Amino acid sequence: MTFLDLSRLEKAFGANRVVKDFSLPIEKGEFVSLLGPSGCGKTTVLRMVAGFERPTGGAIRLEGRDVTALRPNQRAVGMVFQAYALFPNLTVAQNVGFGLRVAGVAASEARPRVAEMLDIIGMPEAEYGGRYPFQLSGGQQQRVALARALAPRPRVLLLDEPLSALDAKVRVRLRGQIREIQRRLGITTVFVTHDQEEALSISDRVVVMNGGVAEQVGTPFAVYNQPATDFVASFVGSLTRFEARVTDPQRGIVEAAGVPFDLGRPLPAGAVTLALRPEAVRLGRAQGREAVLPATLQAVEFLGSVIRLRAEAAGATFLLDTFNRPDEPPPAAGEAVEISFRGRDAIVLEDRA
Amino acid sequence: MRAFAWGAFVLGALYFVLPLWGMTEFSLSMRRGEYSFDAYRSVLAMPDFQATFAFSAFMALVTIVVGVLIVVPTAFWVRLKVPELRPVIEFITLLPLVIPAIVIVFGYIRLYNTGSWLPLTGTAMGTNLLLAMGYTVLALPYMYRAVDTGLRTIDVGTLTEAAQSLGAGWATILGRVILPNVLSAVLSGAFLTFAIVIGEFTMAALLDRPAFGPFMQRLGQDRAYEPSALAVIAFAITWGCMGLIGLVSRTQKHTRAAR
Repeated sequence: MTFLDLSRLEKAFGANRVVKDFSLPIEKGEFVSLLGPSGCGKTTVLRMVAGFERPTGGAIRLEGRDVTALRPNQRAVGMVFQAYALFPNLTVAQNVGFGLRVAGVAASEARPRVAEMLDIIGMPEAEYGGRYPFQLSGGQQQRVALARALAPRPRVLLLDEPLSALDAKVRVRLRGQIREIQRRLGITTVFVTHDQEEALSISDRVVVMNGGVAEQVGTPFAVYNQPATDFVASFVGSLTRFEARVTDPQRGIVEAAGVPFDLGRPLPAGAVTLALRPEAVRLGRAQGREAVLPATLQAVEFLGSVIRLRAEAAGATFLLDTFNRPDEPPPAAGEAVEISFRGRDAIVLEDRA
Repeated sequence: MRAFAWGAFVLGALYFVLPLWGMTEFSLSMRRGEYSFDAYRSVLAMPDFQATFAFSAFMALVTIVVGVLIVVPTAFWVRLKVPELRPVIEFITLLPLVIPAIVIVFGYIRLYNTGSWLPLTGTAMGTNLLLAMGYTVLALPYMYRAVDTGLRTIDVGTLTEAAQSLGAGWATILGRVILPNVLSAVLSGAFLTFAIVIGEFTMAALLDRPAFGPFMQRLGQDRAYEPSALAVIAFAITWGCMGLIGLVSRTQKHTRAAR
């Protein structure tokens, strides 16, 4: 049975429908991310699960029980906020113990639980338990917020852009920690983010949302490599789009800039829009990459381990990534080069009228 | 320019300080030819002084409790759920500054006299209750402003949601999350209320309660030196309250570093 079942959720604020017919079954212990641009409805979905917003339509079932009409404090759902939301008047230990105290758990039982949670987030009680939130860094505050949400053993953990207010290094470290803790406790988790790298790196499944609708639900691998819609393809990862003419619809042979190549799957006749990830394109000829296009380098961006090139070919600007090699200086902009890729790596975007 | 500014400052200061100094000086000159605390001793020894001061202090405490119970949940709810109503509520809380106390108290007497449906003025307890309600109204602008300012310094919405997701109901949220975090604001509102109630004359006199304000007025009619001593004592109480406001807001543990 599905553990957390969102079925046909609708939410409208006045005439503005922010969530439209949103369905998502989530299994126990799963880590699901809602990914999308701001205003796509992902936070609204999360807030409906938490009980802060009442859906205009549809139902939310938790372990088979309809919780749609329950108030937030009756749902046993833990939540972590972007702004940490620690209680400023309480110490770290009191913050973590808040949910237990509200639930009427005896102090003798609550104390070891608080210590355990603080251990899990790597902030031992002896050192941090007596501190106030203002004495902690942003990353530490968010870890305490996580411990606080987990302490009363919620059935579901909701994370509302918990990493957005942190700086880059802390963000990457903390997201690893969150995933590790989630696996260890086996808690069903819904994570909202607008950062695709975050979503792809820690999720079991990613839901890409746009305009209140789930455009695609799938593993990070599937969402990245087989985007279901044009929007998903362009929102997740970088992409080069170019036009090609289908010369053999049955076998999937197309032609761009006079160079034929094989997509290996049947295609509609006429013109198609293809897309390639930067890592699928190589500079120069490479073994196994049969499609070779003449190109002109437009820009060279040195990003450290990776060098990102922009090359003009077949009427489009191709993005391609090459690894940095200390013994080989990067090519210069303006050079005439060749780029190559495998026809099978090309993504066919939906037909747009 | 600088000299002019200093001149204006000194003039303004004199305007306030001179009468105060004159009053203090006078209150100390009960004994001919030397300064003494005789007037103060005389005031403090009056049984009426102690009784009326105790009465007014008690009324102030009642007013503070009632005020907090009314204002904190209201200000919290307005901020959380109906922020568009804030200007309206603010206007309502300002009304007591516009409507004279005498109008309010006459209204009370008309509405709650012994011939009315709720004859509160018929008993001393009922009249005390009316007085406390009147004081609460008088203190409303200060209390509301203080609490609302306190609420502005915390993220009411998110803290409420965080507490809700941890299982807390409204009473817990107000008592354990909101109130402790606006405590210094509530206390500064409370001290202002205390200062107002201690010196209030109109309502207490018209409701004929043995409060400190009417006592001061009576003393002013009957004696020479003691009223000045009493005025200095009243000033000291008010300033003491102001000092406590500052002290409390500085000693709050969880905000100490932020200041």
